[in-house]
Amino acid sequence: MLKKDHVLSWINRCYEVLEENRQYLTKLDTAIGDADHGNNMHRGFKKVHIQFETLQDKDIGAILKSVAMTLISSVGGASGPLYGTFFLQMGTKAGSKEELSPKEVAQIWRAGLEGVKMRGKAEPGDKTMVDVLTPVVESLERDVEAGKSLVEAIDQAVEAAEKGVQDTIPLIARKGRASYLGERSKGHQDPGATSSKLILQALRDSLS
Amino acid sequence: MKKLINKPDDVIREQLEGMQAAHADLLKVNYEPFYITRAGGPVKGKVALVSGGGSGHEPMHGGFVGHGMLHAACPGEVFTSPTPDQMHEAAKAADGGAGVLNIVKNYTGDVMNFEMAAELAMADGIKVQNIVIDDDIAVKDSLYTAGRRGVGSTVLIEKICGAASEKGYDLEKLSALCRTLNQNGRSMGMALTSCITPGNGEPSFEIGDDEMEIGIGIHGEPGIKRDKIKSVDEITEMMTVSIIEDKPYTRKLKEWDFGKNEWVERELTDEPLKKGDKVIAFVNSMGGTPVSELYGVYRKMAQITDKFGLKIVRNLIGPYITSLEMQGCSITLMKVDDEMIKLWDAPVYTPGLKWGK
Repeated sequence: MLKKDHVLSWINRCYEVLEENRQYLTKLDTAIGDADHGNNMHRGFKKVHIQFETLQDKDIGAILKSVAMTLISSVGGASGPLYGTFFLQMGTKAGSKEELSPKEVAQIWRAGLEGVKMRGKAEPGDKTMVDVLTPVVESLERDVEAGKSLVEAIDQAVEAAEKGVQDTIPLIARKGRASYLGERSKGHQDPGATSSKLILQALRDSLS
Repeated sequence: MKKLINKPDDVIREQLEGMQAAHADLLKVNYEPFYITRAGGPVKGKVALVSGGGSGHEPMHGGFVGHGMLHAACPGEVFTSPTPDQMHEAAKAADGGAGVLNIVKNYTGDVMNFEMAAELAMADGIKVQNIVIDDDIAVKDSLYTAGRRGVGSTVLIEKICGAASEKGYDLEKLSALCRTLNQNGRSMGMALTSCITPGNGEPSFEIGDDEMEIGIGIHGEPGIKRDKIKSVDEITEMMTVSIIEDKPYTRKLKEWDFGKNEWVERELTDEPLKKGDKVIAFVNSMGGTPVSELYGVYRKMAQITDKFGLKIVRNLIGPYITSLEMQGCSITLMKVDDEMIKLWDAPVYTPGLKWGK
């Protein structure tokens, strides 16, 4: 089960991971974007971190929605509305629960993915965060259906995310600022796909 | 990095404080969240014209708040779209009861944030339309990219639509004018050097001492080609001819449908410029290029437009939509009719543009 305390430590771990990887994400974004992804994600989760105490009394849905609103109002760029929508849809799906079954965890990730696709209109293969979130959600759904434990399912999903990130390297970007590079976007790892992987890894870390 | 700043994290706030101190007669800065409105408050009965985008392009947009132009502007972090809460608060503060027109430059982040902001404002009962500006002809296709970017036309559109709002255009008529002006305008930019955002401290892109990038975007997005530097005449000819000979451009842009109460995609096709068209010619500095060099560009551009039979009826020359300290320029040609020329000539009184009052 994913308990409320796991969700809280996941959110906190997101901040740590994005602080550790701030320069790395920005460096990836310098190659094919506008060199701000690490800074923007860090600014957003730092704001979440500062408001962390206010999340303690909330249920899982309310925690995730609150994170969403903070990201929407502090990240900016394209990542703000996209990650904001991701957490908002997750929170809406989670509702007022205090713990989630593995199946419900897969369901909230599915809801988050669909929200991102609705807001950004990206499909798999466009070299975006959807290229990580799609295999992650499919992997989670497959494993919980097969009756694997939450930790096993998320371990598998982290592997799927890693592969998803690597698979963005040869792709030509079709959405966002990298799309202006056309062929020149080949050979570069997508920063948004990378931050999506980091957020999943943070969830894995919160379960150990 | 050599810049006139204190701490990079404080740049936006401190520069806004400077604007407030300098232009208290024209505008009022709100800090939580960041937005700029006219000093006199909302203009009753007139459609509020609101724009915004990443900082680093000054005087656009904050410098265009004032009589005859914008009612409010939302500055984001440097080169990063502002957020929906800023735009929502700005819309509430600027609305004079006749609705709000958001002028949105076509960047993935700006478009999504302004959509969310419009939804929030409409939930408050404010009538809002978003018109997306996409005039950068360096981007050829819209199917496999985020589409043409919003660049130079934005400045001309904010001036003309601002005058139309003063004249009493309602939201529908103002939106239609804004859409037509966008379809009438074409721009292309070029860069000689890169620029450094305060948050990063490193150049946004690398460019050799003897190189230039033709078709660059205002955040250093790549253009059509990287080339060895050429003379101003050759560069200007390449840009001007590309603008004049640009083929019809078709794409879909999202607008709010007040009948259906949802976002709809509207397919629009821009027709090329033709002989006899009246145009406003805008030669813009990316920030680091001096005005003297812009006149060198204007000289050659006017010779070429003349040869093609275009009539330049008005012009604007200077740094108005910049990319920090980047050296380079952009050229915009916008086809106008007599009503648009009248609106262009109407009084404007903002930190960035002032005439006729």
